Amino acid sequence: MELISAYSVPFFIFIFLMYGFIKKTDIYDAFTQGAKNGLESVFNIIPSLVGLMAAIYMFRESGCLELIAKAAKPLTDLIHMPSELVPLGLLRPVSGSASLALVTDIFKNSGPDSVQGKIASIMMGSTETTFYTIAVYFGSAGIKNVRHTLFAALAADLTGILMSVALVQFFGF
Amino acid sequence: MMNYIWGGMIIISLIVSVFTGQVEQTAAAAVSGAGEAVNLTVSLLGIMCLWTGISKIGEQAGLIKIIAKAMGPALRRLFPRLKPDSEAFGGIVMNIVANLLGMGNAATPLGINAVRKLNELNRDKRKATNEMCMLVVLNTASLQLIPTTLISLRQSYGAQSPGEVIPAIWICEICALAVGIAAVKLLEKRF
Repeated sequence: MELISAYSVPFFIFIFLMYGFIKKTDIYDAFTQGAKNGLESVFNIIPSLVGLMAAIYMFRESGCLELIAKAAKPLTDLIHMPSELVPLGLLRPVSGSASLALVTDIFKNSGPDSVQGKIASIMMGSTETTFYTIAVYFGSAGIKNVRHTLFAALAADLTGILMSVALVQFFGF
Repeated sequence: MMNYIWGGMIIISLIVSVFTGQVEQTAAAAVSGAGEAVNLTVSLLGIMCLWTGISKIGEQAGLIKIIAKAMGPALRRLFPRLKPDSEAFGGIVMNIVANLLGMGNAATPLGINAVRKLNELNRDKRKATNEMCMLVVLNTASLQLIPTTLISLRQSYGAQSPGEVIPAIWICEICALAVGIAAVKLLEKRF
């Protein structure tokens, strides 16, 4: 398992570059173009990230985060979920930048290699902003009745959240 | 929705801070949070550009089309009523592949286009078809093979092995996806 994690990133880079060479793609030009897109998308999230991180820091410093964590403790203890992760689990389906800000906060306080940091990483990596996706995809096509989409998507999110806790707490990831 | 979440968080924080005696700290936290947001984006910039650059190479070299071809048969099972050579099915395949490679910027327009094409085949233009529900649920589940933003974030906060969580993320993604697909198939007869 450790081998897979250590080699997956270099493996992807290798395959992409080799394939680009074989196909005689202008790889350097493609790279700089892509990097420019990345630059734009990172810059585009600054305004919302500033607003949200300010709100999250205030929320934590005021003691609200502790209150929520305390209120949810009986439930989270039952599934062995560190209570700091409750806000992340709640906000993940709603907002990508808000959950990114929460994960950053957990990394900063407990470190990315702590139990909380690992669960937060897996939760963040394996779920998506469900509400946003549903709104954008159906909204753009003028669909008003989304039928069972929200239930099915939230069932998938809940699975991802519970599994990320279980994998770290019970399966030693 | 974000109006209520964002505004609510700040207003509730301010009210609670009065009761917990943390008013000054809470006000200071707003400033430090805003500053931290900029630090974060700066520390993410380099590595994000690296990833989007690499994935662009795959796009231009045609790697994405090859993956799309390989994935066709599996996706056909999820959309049994669609003709494999239809425009809608082609759009769905490209959307899924862009998601796998973490090209969120490319995936969204491809997905929207696929939903529009599906709606052309739809009798009731305001009601989602089974195919649309399946496509959107696939998109709300994370399909990304390498979660680049997260790995970059782990790296910038000093994780010993930033990519260590990738296998666990894959297991989680597969479980969530299986539940999502099963839920769509089970519920589509009831709605």
